[in-house]
Amino acid sequence: MPFTLYDKIWNEHLVHKQDDGTALLFVDRHLIHEVTSPQAFEGLRNSSRKVRQPKLTLAVVDHNVPTTDRSKGIDDEDSRIQIETLDKNCKEFGIQLFGVKDKRQGIVHIVGPEQGFTQPGTVIVCGDSHTATHGAFGSLAFGIGTSEVEHVLATQTLVQKKAKNFRINVNGKLAVGVTSKDVVLQIIGQIGTAGGTGYVIEYAGSLIIDLSVEQRMTICNMTIEGGARAGLIAPDEKIFNYLKDRPMSPKNDNWNKAVNYWSTLKTDSDAEFDKEISLTAEDIVPMVTWGTSPQDVVSIEGKVPNPENETDIDRKNSIERSLKYMGLEPNVAVKNIKIDTVFIGSCTNGRIEDLREAAQILKDKKKAPHVRAMVVPGSGLVKEQAEQEGLDKIFINSGFEWREPGCSMCLAMNADKLKPQERCASTSNRNFEGRQGRGGRTHLVSPGMAAAAAIAGNLDDVRKYQN
Amino acid sequence: MQKFNSLKSIPAYLLIVNIDTDMIIPKQFLKTIKRTGLGKNLFFEMRYDDNGKEIEDFILNTEPYRNSKILIAGKNFGCGSSREHAPWALLDFGITCVISSSYADIFYSNCFKNGILPIILEEKKIKELLEYSKRKEEISIDLEGEKIIYGNNELKFNIDPFKKKCLLEGLDDIALSLEKSKKITSFEKYLKDKKPWIFND
Ligand code: SF4
Repeated sequence: MPFTLYDKIWNEHLVHKQDDGTALLFVDRHLIHEVTSPQAFEGLRNSSRKVRQPKLTLAVVDHNVPTTDRSKGIDDEDSRIQIETLDKNCKEFGIQLFGVKDKRQGIVHIVGPEQGFTQPGTVIVCGDSHTATHGAFGSLAFGIGTSEVEHVLATQTLVQKKAKNFRINVNGKLAVGVTSKDVVLQIIGQIGTAGGTGYVIEYAGSLIIDLSVEQRMTICNMTIEGGARAGLIAPDEKIFNYLKDRPMSPKNDNWNKAVNYWSTLKTDSDAEFDKEISLTAEDIVPMVTWGTSPQDVVSIEGKVPNPENETDIDRKNSIERSLKYMGLEPNVAVKNIKIDTVFIGSCTNGRIEDLREAAQILKDKKKAPHVRAMVVPGSGLVKEQAEQEGLDKIFINSGFEWREPGCSMCLAMNADKLKPQERCASTSNRNFEGRQGRGGRTHLVSPGMAAAAAIAGNLDDVRKYQN
Repeated sequence: MQKFNSLKSIPAYLLIVNIDTDMIIPKQFLKTIKRTGLGKNLFFEMRYDDNGKEIEDFILNTEPYRNSKILIAGKNFGCGSSREHAPWALLDFGITCVISSSYADIFYSNCFKNGILPIILEEKKIKELLEYSKRKEEISIDLEGEKIIYGNNELKFNIDPFKKKCLLEGLDDIALSLEKSKKITSFEKYLKDKKPWIFND
């Protein structure tokens, strides 16, 4: 029987099939962070349970950490308690942690791949919805809730129901200035935020194969915005080369064994998908979101929609609500939308290639005077690499703040927030109401588009700024 | 986990579609290390103004909905983040049953871990129920019989039998899985042998 990549990984992890159609799935890799783990550890303690496989779990602090100098400790008491709690829990249960002062600290979905903890063919979970990112390596990676975090800690398994198979093919080549962020925004615009519900998406096609490993991560990362359980891409030479010699990658003989196995991880040519769509890369242009859901996308040449043109009543109401929140009038050209803030970072676009892409546009240019702009590298190692390449200088010369790594203004749990009504061009993944600070207004864009917006002071077409 | 028995309450309704977890409980309240105490901040941004005062016409700020145990909501409820703080906040407020035409995956499964029943009903039936709810009368949820009873009418709903059992009996997932400990151990052996790199041995 022909299988999809998802079917194969699923079958390889079946510990037990239960009568009700669910299965107990083995978890090879578990990532945890300070926000969604404290109650899980508390649960373990309350029932006197241990962590079954401490070595298969890796902990980092990211959501809550300040991105300013933290050598003198953390002022915010609640954040500090959460961070200290993780430290204490990891010590008590024997889990490796990259703490605030560790150079390897960063956003959990950037650290996993960077360390080689993320590997093809594995089941990877984390108490965070953007775990889908790791699917770029051909792993089945998905977000879980805190009760499930506790379940994984205690049993190294998870009770799951199998999802359906959905394939998205993207063929062709992207035009200059168009990136994988635009591809995934286009996809979400097309399928909607619930379009993937109940599915695992496999991305395929010549464009996907052409993309770099980091660009693939951006696409898989935002799969969750389309409602899918996970997104994945068959691993290839690029993935193997990326992983070679990473600190936690397989070593010596194990490396060869692993690569042999990884090379078999492909969907069979005659496998059937429950749903399939195809896009042409040449049709994709730089995208921005205008509303408060990631599906509210429009091309940079487009206009804010008019609710009066909507026949679906739910849709009409939701457009009206979004426009009100976003402070936008119908039919305005998005290029004319003035912005106050630019945020470059997050697990979607906080990797070295993203910073290079933005720096390339910003080189020898200044941000508009009214704009506040910041770059938050995805990890300490990304930061270090960028500094070696002199990218920090480019950003600083353009008027950007150069910060310490963390989630930062992607979700505004630390001090990095928008003020009410402030408008931000952001490389993150969610434009929900209040996501970047109460009343804050988010436009999701690629790193290049964020750089262009910083220079222009309004949303603008990155293709005008190619150096 | 609290057992879910039958439930009777005047349902509150929030007919916005795509209510995301940031709306249910904004991130400033995720800095807790406990599961309780989140109810007062449920739907924070819709519920309070900039000065922290209750917004009068928000449904959960009005009588009798302050005490609703059932929430009827627009489709794709609970989308966004994986935060279990969303069901914890609902639970702490007193809501133990949500009715919508669809839910985001992670939120849906998180509900069951916390003794909350998320009912899926077709839009048409939701409209029916909604009309009735405007009378501010109680409706009953009968999980055992998989039906919602309002006035002299009944609406059937479907639920996965295992999930139903867990809710009815308040079963602890982890204990159930630990019963399969032997199977997990033999799986680990197989892994060590076949994919030694997983354990980095
Ligand atoms: S960067 Fe944003 S989306 Fe990614 S893990 Fe952090 S908060 Fe979540």
